[in-house]
Amino acid sequence: MKRQFPLIIIFSCGLFMVVQYFVPHEKSEFFYEFIALDWPPIIGVFALMLGVISLTRVSITRIRRKTEAWRYSIVTLIGLFVMSAFGVIGHHYPPLSTAFDWSFNNIMIPISATMFSLLAFFIASAAYRAFRARSVLASILLVAAIIVMMRFFPLGPLTSVVGKTSDWILNVPNLAAKRAILIGVGLGIVSTAMKVVLGIERSYLGKD
Amino acid sequence: MTEQNSRKNIFERMFAIDRRWVYGFLMLAVVLSVIAKPVIPIPISKEARSIYDYMNSLSDGDYIHLAMDYDPSTLAELHPMTRAVLKQCFEKKIKVIITALHQNGPGMAAEAIDTACQRHFELTGYRPESGKDWVFLGYKPYPILIILGMGQNYRIPFPNDYYNVPLDSLPMMKGIRNYQNIKAVINISGTSATDWWITYGNGRYQVPLAIGVTGVMATDYYPYLQTGQIFGILGGLQGAAEYETLVGTPGKAVEGMSVQVVAHSIIIIFIIVGNIGYFATRKKNRVGL
Amino acid sequence: MDFATAIATTVAAVLTLCIFSFLYKDNPFYKFTEHLVVGVSAGYWVSILYVNVAIPNIWQKLLAGKWWYLIPAFLGVLMWTRIVKRWAWISRYPLAFYLGIATGVAIPLEMQTKVLEQIFGTVQSFVALHNSQTDFWAGINTVVVVIGIITSLVYFFFSKEHKGATGGIAKVGIWTLMIGFGASFGYTVMARISLLIERVQFLIDDWLLKLFS
Repeated sequence: MKRQFPLIIIFSCGLFMVVQYFVPHEKSEFFYEFIALDWPPIIGVFALMLGVISLTRVSITRIRRKTEAWRYSIVTLIGLFVMSAFGVIGHHYPPLSTAFDWSFNNIMIPISATMFSLLAFFIASAAYRAFRARSVLASILLVAAIIVMMRFFPLGPLTSVVGKTSDWILNVPNLAAKRAILIGVGLGIVSTAMKVVLGIERSYLGKD
Repeated sequence: MTEQNSRKNIFERMFAIDRRWVYGFLMLAVVLSVIAKPVIPIPISKEARSIYDYMNSLSDGDYIHLAMDYDPSTLAELHPMTRAVLKQCFEKKIKVIITALHQNGPGMAAEAIDTACQRHFELTGYRPESGKDWVFLGYKPYPILIILGMGQNYRIPFPNDYYNVPLDSLPMMKGIRNYQNIKAVINISGTSATDWWITYGNGRYQVPLAIGVTGVMATDYYPYLQTGQIFGILGGLQGAAEYETLVGTPGKAVEGMSVQVVAHSIIIIFIIVGNIGYFATRKKNRVGL
Repeated sequence: MDFATAIATTVAAVLTLCIFSFLYKDNPFYKFTEHLVVGVSAGYWVSILYVNVAIPNIWQKLLAGKWWYLIPAFLGVLMWTRIVKRWAWISRYPLAFYLGIATGVAIPLEMQTKVLEQIFGTVQSFVALHNSQTDFWAGINTVVVVIGIITSLVYFFFSKEHKGATGGIAKVGIWTLMIGFGASFGYTVMARISLLIERVQFLIDDWLLKLFS
């Protein structure tokens, strides 16, 4: 009941989807359209809300136990509940939806965008510290990277040479390398999926 | 002897510049070039041109699907692409079905559509209308199944649009059932959604697909370009600048590319300095040994 | 710039500067904004799920008399049993339903797009070369691509020790991979710098210049 039944569900659903792909019969289309594709997003609403519930629990626990930097968890909770209220109530009471949009545009966008922009500094620092021509392989990587980095530089007569070399790198050796990786990734995905469907891979069931 | 020591010190210093100097130089270079706004020519790649030409070959009233699968963290590279594609669609009177399959994306998508409509109004005096010229369907969880669902019927995952209007009541959606009724999907994405569009959109339903992706992702999709699974790539800010140039409205991406030249030069200089320092100190260490 | 826009842009600019302050060192301003965005993002998520999914895909369908939508909603509620350790095993049912569908659909399509199409694309370009449908340089490139793919695949083949001929082939493979990674690095630098440029453009063009003009 606890383990066997979920394994039977996975096997049946997985097998159905594989067969349905090769034999798209009218009757199988019904299950495919109205259950397989329609129901999971509904389940997803509850599954994703689990993340929000978990965040709330963790924050409340931190505040209760007064762990390090617990005061910041209050900020998280205020952000969570105020934004949720703006969005949910705003759907039924439109003036509040303006506050929802305002918060999204002036709080969420700038913070998220800036957080990731910090990576520009880190990559510059990492390039300076770690990008050394220590060996032939490191030198190949370094040269390819610099050519690709310079591909849009206005270098006068050299512009088209650098541009063409960069295009060649992208369309020939890069293509070969990425295709080899892609084939490996594809085989990995398929074998893992088969292991899940056949019940060989069960780690997602957890313990007990 | 003293001169030799001071030379060694310079190399050692080159080898160990504090990270805050690197940060400072980079920030200064970016700030100064944003203020100065130098202009550089934007060369057009064949990957970008093929998207532009394909879109240009469409007729009035043809449909495309614009999948905006990104969040604010990649807005810098991808928003200019979206605006340029929307501009081309509105000018060509191509009808656009828009989705945002990233949970933090719908608000940005709505803003991008609004801006594109406003710009079109300022240029032509006509504001493209929701339900008539474009439809914004919004977000649903589990993108793989949503992509497959839309391949069967847009109404399976999206009974209503983002503004909660039933799809069947929108004039633009009359007779539009699935990907067979549209000419292409343009996926602008900063996530794995691009892989899903290739595998489940193009793979299962053979819908023509072009992608606009972040620079980090761009090189990974060249194999798909060669096989014809996608017909074009816009890669990062450069791709955005190319498309802005192609549609004739150079904007933030084109401005950004000149700043890129300065910032990249700074990074290349730091790499060279680091390598000179590395080789000089390595030589010294060897001699010492 | 009107007053409301000035306030909004200033709030956004101050939050931007709070995040940038991390470059000097970790500090309370950074921590505040970091925690704020976690909460606001989660709140945004709640709203989007409620307005964009729960209402049209569950509530309105139930109101239209489609009672069978109670089944996925019930399966969804079962996911919440994870909160109570004793009942957590029940959440395996809806999880198994979703996993079965997602993995089942992946098997043929991932095989087709990531493996078979890629092999087909490689062979096809070789066939075109054989039929003299490509010019000289395109032909050379095709050969380089095919050699690059085969040698890179050999590099990833760890069942045989990389010695002798295998070692030599794998070496060419790792060279090819290094060029690919170099290209990725070049593009990654551009991507990261783009994010910084956009933020600086916002601070200078959209905030400072407009605020004081």
